Amino acid sequence: MSTETCPSVRNILLLDSDGKRVAVKYFTEDWPTNSAKENFEKVVFTKTQKTNARTEAEIAMFENNIVVYKFVQDLHFFVTGGDNENELILATVLQAFFDSVGLLLRGNVDKKEALENLDLILLCIDEIVDGGIVLETDPNVIAGKVASNSIDSGAPLSEQTLSQALATAREHLARSLLK
Amino acid sequence: MAQPLVKKDDDRDDEADYSPFMGIEKGAVLQEARVFNDPQLDARRCSQVITKLLYLLNQGETFTKVEATEVFFAVTKLFQSRDLGLRRMVYLIIKELSPSADEVIIVTSSLMKDMNSKTDMYRANAIRVLCRITDGTLLTQIERYLKQAIVDKNPVVASAALVSGIHLLQTNPEIVKRWSNEVQEAVQSRAALVQFHALALLHQIRQNDRLAVSKLVTSLTRGNVRSPLAQCLLIRYTSQVIRESGNNTQSADRPFYDFLESCLRHKSEMVIFEAARAITELNGVTSRELTPAITVLQLFLSSSKPVLRFAAVRTLNKVAMTHPMAVTNCNIDMESLISDQNRSIATLAITTLLKTGNESSVDRLMKQITNFMSDIADEFKIVVVEAIRSLCLKFPLKFRSLMNFLSNILREEGGFEYKKAIVDSIVILIRDIPDAKESGLLHLCEFIEDCEFTYLSTQILHFLGVEGPKTSDPSKYIRYIYNRVHLENATVRASAVSTLAMFGAAVDELKPRIFVLLRRCLFDSDDEVRDRATLYLNTLGGDGAVVETDKDVKEFLFGSFDIPLVNLETSLKNYEPSEEAFDINSVPREVKSQPLAEKKAPGKKPTGLGAPPSGPPSTADAYERLLLSVPEFANFGKLFKSSEPLELTEAETEYAVTVVKHIFDRHVVFQYNCTNTIPEQLLEDVIVIVDASEAEEFSEVFSKPLRSLPYDSPGQTFVAYEKPEGLPTAGKFSNVLKFIVKEVDPTTGEAEDDGVEDEYQLEDLEVVTADYILKVGVSNFRSAWESMGPDCERVDEYGLGPRESLAEAVNTVINLLGMQPCEGTEVVPPNSRSHTCLLSGVFIGNVKVLVRLSFGLDGPKDVAMKLAVRSEDETVSDTIHEIVASG
Repeated sequence: MSTETCPSVRNILLLDSDGKRVAVKYFTEDWPTNSAKENFEKVVFTKTQKTNARTEAEIAMFENNIVVYKFVQDLHFFVTGGDNENELILATVLQAFFDSVGLLLRGNVDKKEALENLDLILLCIDEIVDGGIVLETDPNVIAGKVASNSIDSGAPLSEQTLSQALATAREHLARSLLK
Repeated sequence: MAQPLVKKDDDRDDEADYSPFMGIEKGAVLQEARVFNDPQLDARRCSQVITKLLYLLNQGETFTKVEATEVFFAVTKLFQSRDLGLRRMVYLIIKELSPSADEVIIVTSSLMKDMNSKTDMYRANAIRVLCRITDGTLLTQIERYLKQAIVDKNPVVASAALVSGIHLLQTNPEIVKRWSNEVQEAVQSRAALVQFHALALLHQIRQNDRLAVSKLVTSLTRGNVRSPLAQCLLIRYTSQVIRESGNNTQSADRPFYDFLESCLRHKSEMVIFEAARAITELNGVTSRELTPAITVLQLFLSSSKPVLRFAAVRTLNKVAMTHPMAVTNCNIDMESLISDQNRSIATLAITTLLKTGNESSVDRLMKQITNFMSDIADEFKIVVVEAIRSLCLKFPLKFRSLMNFLSNILREEGGFEYKKAIVDSIVILIRDIPDAKESGLLHLCEFIEDCEFTYLSTQILHFLGVEGPKTSDPSKYIRYIYNRVHLENATVRASAVSTLAMFGAAVDELKPRIFVLLRRCLFDSDDEVRDRATLYLNTLGGDGAVVETDKDVKEFLFGSFDIPLVNLETSLKNYEPSEEAFDINSVPREVKSQPLAEKKAPGKKPTGLGAPPSGPPSTADAYERLLLSVPEFANFGKLFKSSEPLELTEAETEYAVTVVKHIFDRHVVFQYNCTNTIPEQLLEDVIVIVDASEAEEFSEVFSKPLRSLPYDSPGQTFVAYEKPEGLPTAGKFSNVLKFIVKEVDPTTGEAEDDGVEDEYQLEDLEVVTADYILKVGVSNFRSAWESMGPDCERVDEYGLGPRESLAEAVNTVINLLGMQPCEGTEVVPPNSRSHTCLLSGVFIGNVKVLVRLSFGLDGPKDVAMKLAVRSEDETVSDTIHEIVASG
């Protein structure tokens, strides 16, 4: 992909500590079949699992891909871009993904919690990248957009305006952060 | 470590890999999806079912067409629910199911309703979904809403519309292009991401309009771009504008350089890096321009963030390929990176050091490399191998440790590309460092004993055949080669047979033994292997038949194959089985001239590197057919060469005439291509009157007029000359176009009966010696040069005087000689002060010519040149010098 084009993300992966999928999203046709995708995940997982990517995001190259990654507990976060991509843009996307998942899971970031809230994770990926193009990078905004509909269904959500929804979400998040 | 790891054992005991999706099964979930049809929707339950469906899809499960359609129809029912969370899940699953066109219609109205909802969240998401699944027809219906959404005050809605626009531009460009006013407005948005998306879309809309892009960049580099991402885009577009402006004059300041430089002080690291990288990638970047970029990259090298270190070292590594000196300042930081935990960073640091390092540091570096070779990816190993190869060529004295290293890694596991890189490196070292030859060849022999790649085995076998006989003890290679005949597949066996024959031909003492081995190959199970064995036994005289002369055999076995394979392929395809055998001499040798005519327009980028030259199909063939259509040319023999068309008129005159010079052994034919550009005229009996008074050795034999030349439909007229046989006779010809003009009634298109005779002066044309040289490349210049020998070599030096640049001087000489540049040596690296260019060609009479040109800058602008010519005929060598001396 030429550098003149828009920065783009090839895939976002969230794997567990055995390399199994929690949630993945591919944005390009570089891996046309499921087995090609699984193969890529396997290579990426095995080559990165021994590295220490828990404090700072790490980076590696696979074929013509740059992969930035970060681990927490038993979850492995990956963001892949083309080999000509600005590494720091990919790292920004990774950080956005990582932090917004942290906000949405209220700090309990592990595989169990992620699977129990898989809807939030999927919506989160959907709000970060659209068809390979970076949609949003601010974790608070992303979590706000996702959380706006996950608030306890007891509240009358149906005709809530966005600002109200965001306000509720923010309150919710603030509470979760203070925990 | 920031967070303590959950102990694996606990995990197992407490939850035994608990997952809410444990035991989940597609059939059951599809059953569950029936709740979507309930009259009283349970939003929470429905959301869970959708999550399960998405989980299945995410795990790689696929739905059949019927299943997908069923789920889709059930999901459409959920639009009745007003639950915001459920709606989001509905959007998500619709995108995942990617419904077909007739299904899309079902949800269109629901989505359009959401697009106009008061809830911004609905609007943004409905836009993204609708644009993802829609086709062109629907797009015109919603276009109005999308335009409004682009300038919506809610940034989420605006971004959704803009990003959708970027996707839609691929499929429906004409519609999206109509939104450029709105997009332009959105570029001014105060929301960072909106600005980024708007800029991306605006650029894509205008990308084919260079002027518009240039204006966009000019205005934005002055203004204030808020988003770092948008700033990165702007940097990319700026470098594109710089590249296309093609302003290569190094004295003047590059436009927009100041902008790039100012971005190095941006507060976002993303932007700083983008700018630094852009500067290092500028065409012909000067060291003054590089310095500030290198400085910030050097700072990144000691960052605590691996991503930053990686980005910096990767960029510096690229810079080191072209400007090693600029990177040496970073060597200390770079050395500390060798022990970086991140192997990719360490590899890049090592290879950078290999490029910038000096002879004394080689051994130390090699030790460090050996330690981590095993745990890096193949593509990095290739990088290391290539770096070591160039290092070895730089410091030939160090070949022993470097060759050892290569042979060690050759024995280890690795993919094809990696092994190929190693083999290529060893081959190059053997060629260029004589001392390395014997040990290198033995390493290769050992490698093919256990090589899984047919391509590499055959390549090495061929190389052994060329180099092996020249060593002190050729016999020691025979065992390795003959083993291949036993153990390998047919392709490798066949090339092993050829290699054996090459040894037999080159080393007389080995001949009897080779015959024994070749005779054994006569019983091989494969046709090709047997055929080759028979052929070589025959040519080498192993079957007692009349032996061909030694020279012929060697030429057959070792001679370079100088016919372009493409041409041979075409000729073989055209050949129809008949009594007459296929004649390899009838294959045109001219290398198809690549469409390099864009030299004058550097901005015009070829559509893609791999794009096939879809221009006129093989002009040489076309010319030959055209000439054959004139019976008078039939006895001229085989066409040797046709020149490029030469313009004999100014552009945009009444009549446009170009000439093509066709060279035969004893004749020259001028083909005048005439075009009448006046609609009110019809030309008849068009002929070019040629005055050959300044071309004494030529005598006109024939001319073929053009009967009629209507407006805008080109025609040809020919003039043929006889000239001394096989000689590069030169001469100058002046031309006058003669014809009868008839007025044409523009309304009816009919010409009047009476015409007037008229003349039109054309420019002169010259036949020069270069016209008698064919552009024929050789695959390996060095070996061709050596096999030609110094017998007919002529060397001399010339001063070319002040020149615009070295590249210009090189080009001039290449054009003057009309020969084929080899091995990419026609390209002069920017800023170099000396250059060697290799040319090859075939002189009329089928005499091969090789030329080695060494250029050097002598003073600021003066260019000096050393010209060495080797050919099969010394008069030809002399002629080449005459061309240069008079040119």
